[in-house]
Amino acid sequence: MMAGYVNADRTRRASSALMTTLTGLCTLLAVGALLVILFYIAWQGIGSLNFRFLVDSPRPVGEGGGIGNAIVGSLVLLLISSAFGLPLGICVGVYLSEIGRGRLGGAVRFIVDTLTGIPSIVTGVFVYAILVLPMKHFSAFAGGVALALIMIPIVARTTEEMLKLVPHSLREGALALGAPQWRVILGVVVPAAAPGIATGAMLAIARVSGETAPLLFTAFGSRFFPTSLNEPIASLTVQIYNYAISPYDEWHAQAWAATLVLMTLVLGINIIVRFLTRKKF
Amino acid sequence: MGDAVFRVLMMLVALLMVGIVVAMVMALAADSMLSIRQFGFGFLTSQRWDPIKGEFGALPFVYGTVASSLIALLISVPFSLGIAIFLVEQAPSYIARPVGFLVELLAAIPSVVYGLWGIFVLAPVLRNYVEPALATSFGWLPFFRGSITGIGLLTGGIILAIMVTPIISAVVRDVLAAVPGSQREAALALGATKWEMIRVVLVNGAPGIAGAVILGLGRALGETMAVTMVIGNRPQISPSLFEPSYTIASAIANEFTEATGDLYLSALVELGLILFLVTFIVNGIARLLVWNVTRRTGGVGRAA
Repeated sequence: MMAGYVNADRTRRASSALMTTLTGLCTLLAVGALLVILFYIAWQGIGSLNFRFLVDSPRPVGEGGGIGNAIVGSLVLLLISSAFGLPLGICVGVYLSEIGRGRLGGAVRFIVDTLTGIPSIVTGVFVYAILVLPMKHFSAFAGGVALALIMIPIVARTTEEMLKLVPHSLREGALALGAPQWRVILGVVVPAAAPGIATGAMLAIARVSGETAPLLFTAFGSRFFPTSLNEPIASLTVQIYNYAISPYDEWHAQAWAATLVLMTLVLGINIIVRFLTRKKF
Repeated sequence: MGDAVFRVLMMLVALLMVGIVVAMVMALAADSMLSIRQFGFGFLTSQRWDPIKGEFGALPFVYGTVASSLIALLISVPFSLGIAIFLVEQAPSYIARPVGFLVELLAAIPSVVYGLWGIFVLAPVLRNYVEPALATSFGWLPFFRGSITGIGLLTGGIILAIMVTPIISAVVRDVLAAVPGSQREAALALGATKWEMIRVVLVNGAPGIAGAVILGLGRALGETMAVTMVIGNRPQISPSLFEPSYTIASAIANEFTEATGDLYLSALVELGLILFLVTFIVNGIARLLVWNVTRRTGGVGRAA
C-alpha cells in the first residue's frame, strides 16, 4: 500500500486531498445550516415566550394572546392519531417480520415503503374526500385520521426492523417448549423488541407533530379551546403557518415563539430517542 | 387454531395497507372525475388557471413543481454525496456518529418551520445579496433576469435543497456502507489514492445512489408548506428563477378551502391525483434501485 502512495504523482495526490477536503466542507455546511436555523429560532422565539402566551388563546392584533388552544389541539390530534396509527402500524410490522415472507409480504412491504413517500398534502385531500365531505364539516377526528395515515407506514417499518433484531434462538426456544406461534410472537418476540418499537413510535409521533399540510383542510384550525372532536381544532403548526403569512409583526413574533415550542417537542423526542438507542447504532 | 386466527388477523391488517392505497386512488379519481371529463388531457397542457371563468389548466403548476425540484436536486445532490462520502469513507466513527445525527436532525425540522425561516431569513438574504450578485454576473442568461423580490422559484428550490439533503445523504450512506470492503482494499492495493478508491466505491453503488436521488426527487415534488411560503404562488411559466411560481402541492394547500364550485374543487383534487400517481411511481422506482444494491451486497455479507 505504501508503494502505491509513494509512486502516485502530484496531481493525483493533490486532487485526492482537494476532494476529500470538499466532502468535509459539505458536511460542515450542512451542520452549520442546522445550527443557524436552530439558534435563529431560539433567538427570535424566546422574546415572546412567557406563561401567559402558553395558556392564553389567540386574540386580535395588538391585544397579545397566546397558543394555549393550539398546544391542547396538537396534543388532542396526536392522541387520536396515536390511538389509530400505533396499533395498526405495529400489527403491520409484525406481519412483515413474522408472517408475510412470501410474495404477498414483499408486495405489502413495497406498498408500505411507497406510502411513506406519498406527499402529506395528498393524504389531506384523501381524508377530506372520505371524511370531511360526507360529514360536511372539518373536525379534529378527520385531522387525527390524516395524521394516523402518515404514522402507520413509519411505525410499521421501524417495528419490522426491531423485530428482525430479535435473535432466532428466542423464537425457536419458545416454539420448542410447545407454544403456538401467536403466543411466541405476542409473548416473547414483541416484548423482546418493545423498547425498539417504542422508540419507533416516538419518532413517528415527532414526525406527525410537525405536519401542517394534511391538517389544513381536515382539522382546519380554530381560535378557541377544543370542546368536541367533531368540530375544527387548532394545532401548533397551522397556527404558525397562519401567523407567518399574516402581515402583522406581532403575529410574526408569536409564530417564532410557537415554533420554539414546537421545535422543543420535536427535537426533544429525537434527542431522547437517540440517547436511548445509542448503543444499537 | 389460535395460530390461524392470528395469522389471518395480521394479514387483514396488512391488506388494509393495500386497501388504503386502492381507496386513495379511487377516492381521488372519483372526486376529480368532473374535471377529467371537462378538460381531458388538455388539463395537463393548458396554461390557463382562471377560477372565475371556470378554466383550469395545470401546466404552470407542473412547471413550478418540476423546476423547483430540479433546482433542489442540482444543489443538494453534490452536497449529499459529499456528506455521505465524508461520513462513510473518511470520518472516524466518533465523529461520524454525532455529525451524522446532526445532519439527520435537519430532516426532523418540520416543513412549516423551514417556511417560516425561509420567509424571514432566507428570502431577505437572497433579495439583498445573492440575487443582485447573480443578476450582475449572469444577467445575460434568461434564468437570472427580472424583478428581484427574494420570493420565487430560486428561494423555493434552495429551501427544498436543504430539506432533501438529509434524506438523500442518509440513503447514500446506507448504499456506500453496503459496498464490500474488498472493493476498497483492491483499489488501494493497486495504488489508488483515497479519492480514486472512493470513485471505485461510488461506481459500485451507482444504482443505489441513483435510487437515493430519485427518492429525494419524490420528496421534493410533494413538499408543500415550506415551498408554499416562499415560492410566491403565481401560476405562470417564466424562465427567470427570480419570478414567483406555483407548485401542484402549494396550489392545493392554498386554494382547497377557498374553492367555490364543484369544478374548481374537482380540478384541485385532480392535481392531487396527479401528484399521488407521480410520487408513487417515482418512489417505486427509487425503492427498487436502493433495494437491489443493499440487498445484493447484504446477501453476500451474510453468506446466504
